[in-house]
Amino acid sequence: MILQGKIWKFGDNIDTDIIIPAKYLAHTDPKVLGEHCMEPLAPDFPKKVKAGDIIVSGTNFGCGSSREHAPIAITALGIPLVIAKTFARIFYRNAFNKGLALLEADIYDLVHDGDEIDVDVATGIIRCGGNEVKAKPIPPFMVELINEGGLINYLKKKLEG
Amino acid sequence: MGMTITEKILAAHADKSFVEAGEIVDARIDLAMANDITAPLSLEEFEKVGARTVFDPEKVVFVLDHFTPNKDILSAENCKKIREFSKKHNIVNFFEGGQCGIEHALLPEKGLVVAGDLVIGADSHTCTYGALGAFSTGVGSTDLTYGMVTGRIWLKVPDSIKFHCHGKWPKWITGKELVLYIIGMIGVDGALYSAMEYTGEAIAALSMDSRFSIANMAIEAGGKNGIFHVDDKTKAYMKEHAARPYKAYESDTDASYRDVFEIDVAKIGFSVACPSLPSNVKDAGELGKIDIDQVVIGSCTNGRLEDLEMAASILKGKKVAKYTRCIIIPATPAIYGEAMRRGYFQTFLDAGCIISPPTCGPCLGGHMGILAKGERAVATTNRNFIGRMGHPESEVYLAGPAVAAATAIKGKIARPEEVI
Repeated sequence: MILQGKIWKFGDNIDTDIIIPAKYLAHTDPKVLGEHCMEPLAPDFPKKVKAGDIIVSGTNFGCGSSREHAPIAITALGIPLVIAKTFARIFYRNAFNKGLALLEADIYDLVHDGDEIDVDVATGIIRCGGNEVKAKPIPPFMVELINEGGLINYLKKKLEG
Repeated sequence: MGMTITEKILAAHADKSFVEAGEIVDARIDLAMANDITAPLSLEEFEKVGARTVFDPEKVVFVLDHFTPNKDILSAENCKKIREFSKKHNIVNFFEGGQCGIEHALLPEKGLVVAGDLVIGADSHTCTYGALGAFSTGVGSTDLTYGMVTGRIWLKVPDSIKFHCHGKWPKWITGKELVLYIIGMIGVDGALYSAMEYTGEAIAALSMDSRFSIANMAIEAGGKNGIFHVDDKTKAYMKEHAARPYKAYESDTDASYRDVFEIDVAKIGFSVACPSLPSNVKDAGELGKIDIDQVVIGSCTNGRLEDLEMAASILKGKKVAKYTRCIIIPATPAIYGEAMRRGYFQTFLDAGCIISPPTCGPCLGGHMGILAKGERAVATTNRNFIGRMGHPESEVYLAGPAVAAATAIKGKIARPEEVI
């Protein structure tokens, strides 16, 4: 899968209270959650971001609460991928469970807001501004789960089988 | 090579004699828990997979603690859905209303978790039950659905970091000061994907309430779980609260650790985490000029009896500062009742505190104590992220119960000796 889009940069330790503040957690509608994504840091982000754009972040992206509303809010805006130096562990699982791809790569200092980026998710090859970086491979177990169509599809097949 | 306590619990639940860090295991779970925020998404997934029922109606737990008593219509609708699901599937451990407390204080108190268990919860602070010698960790709603239906979960076996604590505890210093000190030392991702194991004479000297506080905040260092060994205090706690047999696992002497830290608890001081990360830790003594609008004493970290007892001993005969609000949130109905019987409520009321029903409430900026733009709070809670308790330009300082109570009296960040 080749993804091409514009970069939105967010720094280190982007917590899930930033990705979607708790005051919106009574909502489960992805559209509503998307409208408030990153609100405390960048209130205009949901209006300005375009489907296909990609988030690039530093360390520990998605730290904090286990709320699955966070990857839902990001995917609701049409963002297919987050690239970060490292991810918090609960967010890492939740993102893949919700169809948001994540790649671990140290590109934060190589790119600027608004740069065009080109990513081959399967090989982890990231191209941006003349740089080519290879992301850490997605763990084989995760790849298997993705190939099954995600945890819920895997479970569905298991129950039907 | 030996195994850590975390590896042993995971091996036992994966029916293996040996596991090591980095390995993926498919493990049996003893309990799956969700709350009024995370359960609605889990139940949507439950419908999507076409599951007929849960793996065990005694091992799926719902605690409606976050936005309750229902803060608005949406919250009420969410609780109604969970209630209807619980009725339909005969969920034994469904807690709401006067039966409900903050999940991570309530489950151990109700005896639903014992040593040796493997517990998952759709709430990041599920790591709290490590204080009992159980493996417990937070997951998202989808993983929780998988657990609810199958009674299983996939887990990567974490490596472990050992925190060996020695020395004598100074007066007023609790598990909360220790865990803030540790997060300040290793950072908010210092234990990313790892187990945080606590050992040593200073840990043996700690109450169960303080151990729960420490295990609770493993996630604030990025940890997968916090864990303690079972001793006489753990056994006494389980005897009082749980009817179920337990299994006490011990780390082998040749178990492998990613890191070992030696900590002298006599030196940690009154740790306070400044905005906007739990790792931004300073001593309360350095922060005495900061005006505080609101103090919150409660939450799954510090809403237990020991915390209320300490706060009451400092607030007794004193008044909360003018223009400062002090909100006390006993974590469960049992703690609420005992605090009332012991006279702490009269002390709090005389001092001018507000006493809230058990709820997560202001900790996550839900309700019952939201901050305005520019306001500052000292809270015994676990997170001080940007806008966590209200307006994005409000601030939260995390502290133990003694600093929180002293701050309420002074209206500025204070150590207890400044007000007594």
